Parts: sequence; C-alpha cells; structure tokens
Amino acid sequence: MLPIGQHPVSAVPQIAKEQLENPALNPPAAPGARWQTLLSVPAATLVTLAIHLCLPNNEPANEAGLYSRFLAGVLAVAILADGVQFLWSGLKRWMRNMCPIFAAAILTLCGWELITGVLHWLPLPYFPAPGAVLQSMVDDRALLLDCTWHSLVLLLSGYVLGVLIALVTGVCIGWSSHMRYWGMPVLKVVGPIPATAWIPLAMVLSPSAVFSSIILIALAVWFPVTMLTVSGIANTRASYLDVARTLGASRWYLIFRVAIPAAMPNIFVGLFMGLGTSFLTLVVAETVGVKSGLGWYVSWAQGWAEYGKVFAALIIMAAFFSTIMTVLFKVRDRVLGWQKGIIKW
Amino acid sequence: MVMENQASNEGSALRILDATKSFPAPDNVARNVALNATTLSVAAGEFISIIGPSGCGKSTLLRLIAGLDVPDSGELWVGNDRITGPSAERGLVFQDPNLFPWLTVSRNIQSGLVARGLLQRKRPEVDEFIRLVGLEKFAHAYPHHLSGGMAQRTALARALINHPRVLLLDEPLGALDAFTRMRMQDEVLRLWQARRTTMLLVTHDIDEAIYMADRIVVMTPHPGRVERTITVSLDRPRQRNSPEFLRLRGEILDLLHLTGNAGESANGKSGKNGLLEPEPAAQSL
Repeated sequence: MLPIGQHPVSAVPQIAKEQLENPALNPPAAPGARWQTLLSVPAATLVTLAIHLCLPNNEPANEAGLYSRFLAGVLAVAILADGVQFLWSGLKRWMRNMCPIFAAAILTLCGWELITGVLHWLPLPYFPAPGAVLQSMVDDRALLLDCTWHSLVLLLSGYVLGVLIALVTGVCIGWSSHMRYWGMPVLKVVGPIPATAWIPLAMVLSPSAVFSSIILIALAVWFPVTMLTVSGIANTRASYLDVARTLGASRWYLIFRVAIPAAMPNIFVGLFMGLGTSFLTLVVAETVGVKSGLGWYVSWAQGWAEYGKVFAALIIMAAFFSTIMTVLFKVRDRVLGWQKGIIKW
Repeated sequence: MVMENQASNEGSALRILDATKSFPAPDNVARNVALNATTLSVAAGEFISIIGPSGCGKSTLLRLIAGLDVPDSGELWVGNDRITGPSAERGLVFQDPNLFPWLTVSRNIQSGLVARGLLQRKRPEVDEFIRLVGLEKFAHAYPHHLSGGMAQRTALARALINHPRVLLLDEPLGALDAFTRMRMQDEVLRLWQARRTTMLLVTHDIDEAIYMADRIVVMTPHPGRVERTITVSLDRPRQRNSPEFLRLRGEILDLLHLTGNAGESANGKSGKNGLLEPEPAAQSL
C-alpha cells in the first residue's frame, strides 16, 4: 500500500497526457482524477456552511443547529470519500463523474439560503430557508414516512393494474385485425381524455376514494401503454414472422415469442409515458380525494401555511418518483439488454 | 389425377406443377404476373440454383414452396404432401439473416425446437448444430455482435436443426463481401453434403450458381417463367476457371443477354461481369 501523499504527484503526468490527447475536453466531463474535482464538494460545503454560520439570518429558534450539523456531516463524508477513493478504484470512477454534480447541488442550497434567509428576496412564510425545511422534514418524519408508504402502495396498485390491462388490450388490438376494428375507435376516443377529468364520475361511482384513485391511475397508465403496445405488435417485422412460420411456429409462438419480444422496445416507451401520467394522477387524486399520501400532505401543510413542510414533501416526492423511474430504467436495461446501443440509466 | 402425378414423379422431393402467382399492380386494377405457369421437379438431395434478373419471380417461387404465399393456380408437392402452408420441413433462409435480435445465437438456433415443443427431447442437438456452423465461441452472443457471415451461419443452423426435407435459400450470401461469400459457399456445400438436404438457392451471381448447383434454373421476367434448366456435371470441388465452368458461364450470359435485349437491357448488360443487378435486402414491414 502506497502512502497517500504520493498519489497527487503521480496523478499529474496522467492529467497532462489526457489533456494532450483530448484538448477539447471541458473540465466537468474530464475523466481525469483532478484535485479540483475531488475538492469541489468539500469546498462547496465549506462555503455553504460559512455563509450559514457567519451571515445573519432569521432561523427559527427551534432549529438548534440542525442544518449546520447536516452540512458538517456532508463535509465529513466528502472528505472521507476523498481519502478512501485513493484506495478504491470503483469509488474513484464514480466520484470523478459525480463530484461536480454534488458540488453544484450544495451550491444550490447555498444560493437558496442566500436568497431566502440572508437577502430576503422572497417573502416568508412561503419560501423558508433550507434549514427550516430540513427541520420540518425531521420533525414530521413519522407522518412523511407514512404518507410516502401510502403513495407507494396506491401508485403501484394503479400502475400494475393499468399495465396488465394495457398489455392484454394492446396485444389483442395489435395482433388481430378484427380486434383492431372494434378496439381502435374506443382507444382513440376514450384514451386521450386525461384520467383526472374522470374524477367527478369516479367519486360518484366508486365505493371508496382509494379504490377510485387506483382505477384513475390505472386508466392514466392504460392509454399510453396500450397505444405503444399496439404499434409495437402491429409493426413486428413481417420477415421475423415468416421465418418463425417456416420454423414450425404455432400462433401462440408467433404472438408470445416473436411479436411481443419484438414490441418490447415500444412497450417500454409506453411504460415510461404511463409512469409519468401515473405520478400526475396520483398527486391529483391524493389532493382531491384520498386522505393520505404525499399529494394530500402537500395540500394539508399548505392549509396550515407550513411551507417548510410543503417543501419537505416536495423534496421527498422528487426522490420518491425519481427512484421509481430509476427502478424502471434498471428493469428496461435488463429486459432490453439485447438491443444495440441502448442508453444505460 | 393427383395419384397419377405422384406416380409419374416417383423419387422427386419437390414438384411444382403449373404454378402461377400474380400480385395487384400499383394501380390496384391490373395484376402483375410474378410467376407464370411454372413447372419444376427436384430430386431428393439435389442442389438447384435459380438465377435470373430482378422481377423474374424467383423469390416468389421460393415463397410459394415455403408456403408463405398461396399460388393463384397450380399445385406444389413435397414428396406425397401437398403444400398448403408453412411448415418446419421446408426451411427458409433470407438475404437478411433475420435472426431474432432478442435471442442469443444458441437460443436463435434452438427456436425451431422450441416452436415445435421438441426442445426437451432434442437439446443435445443444439450444441451439435452450433459446432456444425463453428460458432461455439459465440453461442451466448446477441445477433448485433455478429459479423454478416456469422449471422448467416446462425440462420443456416436455425433452419437446419429442424431437419427440413427442403432448404430454401433466398440470396443468403448476397449481402456478404466477396471473400466471406466464397468461404460461405463452401460452408453451404459442406452442410449440403453432410446432411443431403434438398436445397434451392436463389442467386444473382452466375459464378455462385455454377459453383454450387447440380442444376441451374434460368428464369426470365415479364412474366416470370423458367427459360431453361442447365445441368452442371462438373466434379466437386469445382474450379472456378476450368474451361467447362467458363463455357457454362458464357451459356447463361447468352441466355440472359437475349432476354435482356427484349426486355430490361440494363440487367442484360450488367450480367457481363457475371453479377446481375443485386436486389436490396428485403426489409418489408
């Protein structure tokens, strides 16, 4: 094991070589282990912490230095990671890529604090400082966790139900010209109606708000997934079907082993579009009907003018939705691994 | 009458009796005759090359034999069975290998067994056929990692694993570069000699037709029909520059030149270098 102190020296010629090879390389994308990249996160955190501690701001009295401790924690992790990456090449590669993004995120926090807490450009209580938002998040963590759980259950029930129905209708309409004749007009007329427009009807017809929300989310997912499945199935290369027929394929094989795999790239486009519409429908349904979930939490907190909680819920929502999106991308990368030049998420 | 036909063609693997096929013309009123009253008899284990300019109906003929299209009139027989639709006993390989891109090489090759529900029983044959076409190292690669020649070898193995009585080859080597193409010609001949499958090869390449076939069917367009059948009695492996080879080449060129003057002169002229105008890879949707 080499002493840590040697590495910055040995890294210098490597950087010089890379710059020679590709002079057009711009700093944020540079794959080199340059010290600026590594130090960007601790430096940004230090600046943010300094501004938070030194400049006068009107933090709520009960904040008790939570935000300072949070920033100090980030600083400690960043410095630790800078040390460990010399020994762990996987982390090093990840940090080369991610450090500028993290630094920018922390500087955004800093900018937020300057605008709200220090310069008072935005009116209170609508725009609390990051420290107040963090405080709300920690104070209300039990309720927020419960709401996230309820949103997840509602979203997944609606999404899975919608996708299952959409795959069945999509394959039927895409494969059989008879089904297409009768199914396509329904799809074309009913499909484009935004699912949220059905809310008044759903409230009257359904026994419970949760049940009607699931149906609405399923409806929102159903249209794009069906549409894309239909086009994927109907555009299966005829020569694949010809080949399969000369190999002795039955109709079952043609549908499940040729047409559906061939339509998978299209189906995934539909799944992503459906996920987007399902987020929207989820939040609206929770705001209007269901008495739990993140959408409900946002409007409830707004009712009490607790904007710290509103922002806290929005941040959790962002993390929640992008996590689900990432999971779907991972699934796609696995299922469509055979595709040439697929963009990995 | 049907029985008589069978009796008079004892030993034929494949018989095409007076087959005619037309398609709607672009104006949707008239019909273009792609194949006109064609009769052909192929012996079991025979290698037939079908050559002719674009539009002479050679691909149509192959699709009729495969059962992917139905003739307007006439009959097609494999042994004692009339062709009514596609079947695993008539394999088809296109110019585009048409491998299923979502399956690995090995799974592409076994797809015929999966389709017929025979995979459990015949799994050892999959490895045998991967070896037969020399793709052991690529068994678990996806088609987009394969070169053109490797992809076409996979397509051949996928068709052969069903042990078809007739293998139909629709310009399978047309998209390959000249060197790969010559190597693949020997490869196909090796497979043919090893398995004694009846093969029908559609090609634009006169040299390829002579090099491969027991008999060459020369077809002419407007409407598509068999102009002449030429028997090639050269010993294998054949020398591409032997006097008899060159004489046959001249004979076929002459045949196509004559028709070239009457019909499409461009096809006749381009035939001078032994290669007819190539068709683009079929990529219909």
